[in-house]
Amino acid sequence: MRAMVYRGPYKVRVEEKDIPPIEHPNDAIVRVTLAAICGSDLHLYHGMMPDTRVGMTFGHEFIGVVEQVGSSVQNLKVGDRVMVPFNIYCGSCYFCVRGLYSNCHNVNPNATAVGGIYGYSHTCGGYDGGQSEYVRVPFADVGPSIIPDWLDDEDALMCTDALSTGYFGAQLGDISEGDTVAVFGAGPVGLFAAKSAWLMGAGRVIVIDQLEYRLEKARSFAQAETRNFAEYDDIVVEMKKTTDYLGADVVIDAVGAEADGNFTQHVTAAKFKLQGGSPIALNWAIDSVRKGGTVSVMGAYGPMFSAVKFGDAMNKGLTLRMNQAPVKRQWPRLFEHIQNGYLKPNDIVTHRIPLEHIAEGYHMFSAKLDNCIKPVIVPNA
Amino acid sequence: MPYTANQPPRAESNDELRARIPGWGADLDPKDRPSVPRERFDPGATGAHWEFPDRQEEKWPRERSIEHKFLTPVFGTSSPPKGLSGVLRKFAYATYSEGRAAHWLILLGADRVDAIESHLKSFLTTRPDNPITETGVLSEFHRNGFSSRFGRKRVDLHHQWIDPILVAGPWIAAVCAIVWGARALAKR
Repeated sequence: MRAMVYRGPYKVRVEEKDIPPIEHPNDAIVRVTLAAICGSDLHLYHGMMPDTRVGMTFGHEFIGVVEQVGSSVQNLKVGDRVMVPFNIYCGSCYFCVRGLYSNCHNVNPNATAVGGIYGYSHTCGGYDGGQSEYVRVPFADVGPSIIPDWLDDEDALMCTDALSTGYFGAQLGDISEGDTVAVFGAGPVGLFAAKSAWLMGAGRVIVIDQLEYRLEKARSFAQAETRNFAEYDDIVVEMKKTTDYLGADVVIDAVGAEADGNFTQHVTAAKFKLQGGSPIALNWAIDSVRKGGTVSVMGAYGPMFSAVKFGDAMNKGLTLRMNQAPVKRQWPRLFEHIQNGYLKPNDIVTHRIPLEHIAEGYHMFSAKLDNCIKPVIVPNA
Repeated sequence: MPYTANQPPRAESNDELRARIPGWGADLDPKDRPSVPRERFDPGATGAHWEFPDRQEEKWPRERSIEHKFLTPVFGTSSPPKGLSGVLRKFAYATYSEGRAAHWLILLGADRVDAIESHLKSFLTTRPDNPITETGVLSEFHRNGFSSRFGRKRVDLHHQWIDPILVAGPWIAAVCAIVWGARALAKR
């Protein structure tokens, strides 16, 4: 089969690999029909995530068709069209039975601090991902769902991570009626978080980024106010001014490890790997939220330490909430919102790229060329 | 204004927001939010039909965190450890917990060693690594590399110049070292 393969920082290519075999009775093998590159894949691509091995196939956002099932699989059969959450989880451990699917304890021998994620380094379990023609899907009776007939393929693809994560991020904000919600980052997760904040009754939604084309999308797709932090000497002061010096009630960090806005923070984290991530967006979130407010962290950070301003968070009495999204838990309600026309997930897809051109797809997405927001990979274009 | 007790006035009423935003307030009641409360004990909700999963076959000594009691029943089998990078990875897992910086720094170091080992190994194959095609840098020409960057006040341009140095620097250094070595040998 053809698969994207990591060759070292900033380098990927397509190689011929063996079709993955069934390795566990509850495995399925899925033929991938669509995959996506996630902003968090760029952390792997840039060599930031420890134990990212040459030869690994990335890709934790994908949908496809079941090609083979293991002997204990009861809920899926060959030929089913399935959407697969980015979380790999057993459904039976202490955490899974409490709904914390992203924190499963039975799927990642390499680390206890994170669950299993497709194609996301050995720190997340060492599973190959879906930017390929075929992928092994563990716990086929637990993770994947059959795609409803009414659901568009690209909409289903967005549900496997970006939409579910943005929606989950808004929930962690504990938004109350009329709250002012600020979202740092106008990438896919930030756009979906902003959109979701309205569903939860926000009175005002402000999206902050430095890329004007993404802020335009935040205005048109998420009906949000926007601020380009590059136009302000200090975005925190602007956030205070625009909230009459109170601060936002809820701030969502939808940026994560490669945040821009402070040269030193970015370079020490993203270029020289001396921090788990550049915490500038998170620090801005802590400083922009009102005292007693809530910061929801959806941005992904590496496992090492980062220079986060915990003193401010403590002194302001903040609630900091965060997790990888338990994706499948979001789906029933998200399906209702999509059917009601409240959400149209594939509106954020900007590029559809054949698998054979994936190296150029990664570069374009990484360098923010061609007004790229969300690139979708088509394995058999 | 936070200097007095009053809540700041809202710019838009609920009715105005409902008219402007499709679905505004649909999840206003926390009971409609699927992850509220975040922990909800419900063993029947996941589809699992086992108390503890069957164990996947361990085809090589699988490295694992020493914070785990045992090897998890299911695990990934991509890219087994190999070469010097593999030795470093096994050492990091066997020696240091996830709480130790040494664990992660050794793994990051192993990643860099892995890249070098793999690049060198690729030159012994019919498909050596090609930094031009594998970096996708040619997309600069047909994905508006110039107009995407300039005249747009992008602050990430402040550090993008470092990327070519990080990517090409080791290759240039390697070529220089080979040329220098060859010339030194030729002089003998």
